[in-house]
Amino acid sequence: MTALARTASGMPAITYNFAYLDEQTKRMIRRAILKAIAIPGYQVPFASREMPMPYGWGTGGVQVTAAILGANDVLKVIDQGSDDTTNAVAIRSFFETTAGVATTTRTRDATIIQTRHRIPEAPLRAGQVIVYQVPIPEPLRFLEPRETETRRLHALSDYGLMQVKLYEDIARHGHIATTYAYPVKVAGRYVMDPSPIPKFDNPKMDDSPALQLFGAGREKRIYAIPPYTRVVSLDFEDHPFAVQAFAEPCALCGAKGVYLDEVILDDKGGRMFVCSDTDHCATRQAEGHTGSMSAPYGEGQP
Amino acid sequence: MSQEMTSLPDAPLLVAEGLAKYYGSRLGCRDVDLTLHAGEVLAIVGESGSGKSTLLSLLSTELAPSAGHVSYRMRDGEMRDLAALSEAERRLLLRTDWGFVRQHAEQGLRMAVSAGGNVGERLMAVGWRHYGNIRQEAADWLVRVEIATERMDDDPRTFSGGMRQRLQIARNLVTRPRLVFMDEPTSGLDVSVQARLLDLIRQLVEEFGLAVVIVTHDLAVARLLSHRIMVMKSGRVIEQGLTDQVLDDPREPYTQLLVSSVLAA
Ligand SMILES: Nc1ncnc2c1ncn2[C@@H]1O[C@H](COP(=O)(O)OP(=O)(O)OP(=O)(O)O)[C@@H](O)[C@H]1O
Ligand SMILES: [Mg+2]
Ligand SMILES: [Zn+2]
Repeated sequence: MTALARTASGMPAITYNFAYLDEQTKRMIRRAILKAIAIPGYQVPFASREMPMPYGWGTGGVQVTAAILGANDVLKVIDQGSDDTTNAVAIRSFFETTAGVATTTRTRDATIIQTRHRIPEAPLRAGQVIVYQVPIPEPLRFLEPRETETRRLHALSDYGLMQVKLYEDIARHGHIATTYAYPVKVAGRYVMDPSPIPKFDNPKMDDSPALQLFGAGREKRIYAIPPYTRVVSLDFEDHPFAVQAFAEPCALCGAKGVYLDEVILDDKGGRMFVCSDTDHCATRQAEGHTGSMSAPYGEGQP
Repeated sequence: MSQEMTSLPDAPLLVAEGLAKYYGSRLGCRDVDLTLHAGEVLAIVGESGSGKSTLLSLLSTELAPSAGHVSYRMRDGEMRDLAALSEAERRLLLRTDWGFVRQHAEQGLRMAVSAGGNVGERLMAVGWRHYGNIRQEAADWLVRVEIATERMDDDPRTFSGGMRQRLQIARNLVTRPRLVFMDEPTSGLDVSVQARLLDLIRQLVEEFGLAVVIVTHDLAVARLLSHRIMVMKSGRVIEQGLTDQVLDDPREPYTQLLVSSVLAA
């Protein structure tokens, strides 16, 4: 996988195979991805490899990205909506080093977006691929720990159990209290865990022009939502699925209808709500949008 | 009325022919034939290890027989060989037209799910998607099995043994099955709790015209609930007939022994 090469100065340097994984492994992962695309929402087992980072760091997503990355791709990596967390920075620099690809923080400039916990606010377009890092791919795991049984339930489209989980939510909390990893039905067939994104992002998966790929490294599963696929969040007729609503717009860019993070400002209870998607917020601010906590117009400008 | 409809009530519900099960070389049961009609309660009795549970598992498709066949008259009236059902058909049968009440409630209930969720599961599995309706139906069934509706959001770990068995019954009957299998449903309960449960089962059997195959080592339970009885010994049926006849006038020495030991108990 690594080889010695001579640099111009004659010093030996370590070179990696493009995007770290060897070609045979990439072909194996691509086959799993193709199968996953052919059967939307179905979890395809694959021979997950050890990556030079811990499992919690999204090795499933990294392997999927490595398998689909081409020299001309532009990669964006986000973690909780941000391009600047340790995790996002580490994965981005991993691919800069091993594949030499261009990277970006701009959603619209990226051809591949690897993500943990969010879908960008800017609508994805045809030709883009979003790669989700998945910790637990099996949506039925909570109520049925036996793998043989969950596989059978999927095979038979036997999803009453999933509904029991939502029933329990309402019985205990008065409403469906699941806010992350909210189960969806893909193309009217397989029930799928969308990874721990907020349910706020669920509607973005529906009928998306982009290809959506999901990689679970520890659990060795890949699944996919092809472009323009119906993705429906499970619910009850009298407790319909609804996304989180925020009382105020983003304090920095004034955006409404986006997912906000709470930021603690001081130890006296001061706080503000700002876009969790940092690129979206920065783009809007650059376009001149302001929020309640923005610096007044002109201030701080030369 | 069509001929078909008038002849239906006479057609058996469940038929087993030449059933046998070997666990490796060990005999579970063999040469079992039986016919069960709608609304009929059949008790299977015999000492420990005689093959009662094995037979019940074969009838309910939980185990595949080493030899023989089981067929069942589906809701559409057609008699089907159970071994030839698809997995999807078999599952649908198990959770709509059949029930299974187990001795150990943990095997028949979801212990981490509320009582209401336990009863509602079958409804959701067959496509109910209105929370209010599911809840109402679950509440009605809890009342039927004498569980206070205030307990419907509690999980069965907080229930007594008798309550757990009654919850199992509600969970099974909510889809109005025609056939219920029971394996020692009253064992391990206090005598007074047992009596109340038997009373409830008898009442539900009558109200819903349930057919039941009940395994018990307790002849008093068999006498109270069943129309017919099968006595098993060493994996074979050695005597069968109307319950009162067999218990009052047993032919086989082994049955005589069973009956007298109950009298002695
Ligand atoms: N899973 C198994 N593997 C091997 N042998 C088994 C298995 N289950 C049952 N047997 C054997 O099959 C025979 C019948 O057992 P079964 O459990 O059907 O009896 P039973 O009448 O239900 O007994 P009990 O009253 O104790 O529940 C016994 O010899 C038993 O040891
Ligand atoms: Mg037994
Ligand atoms: Zn913002």
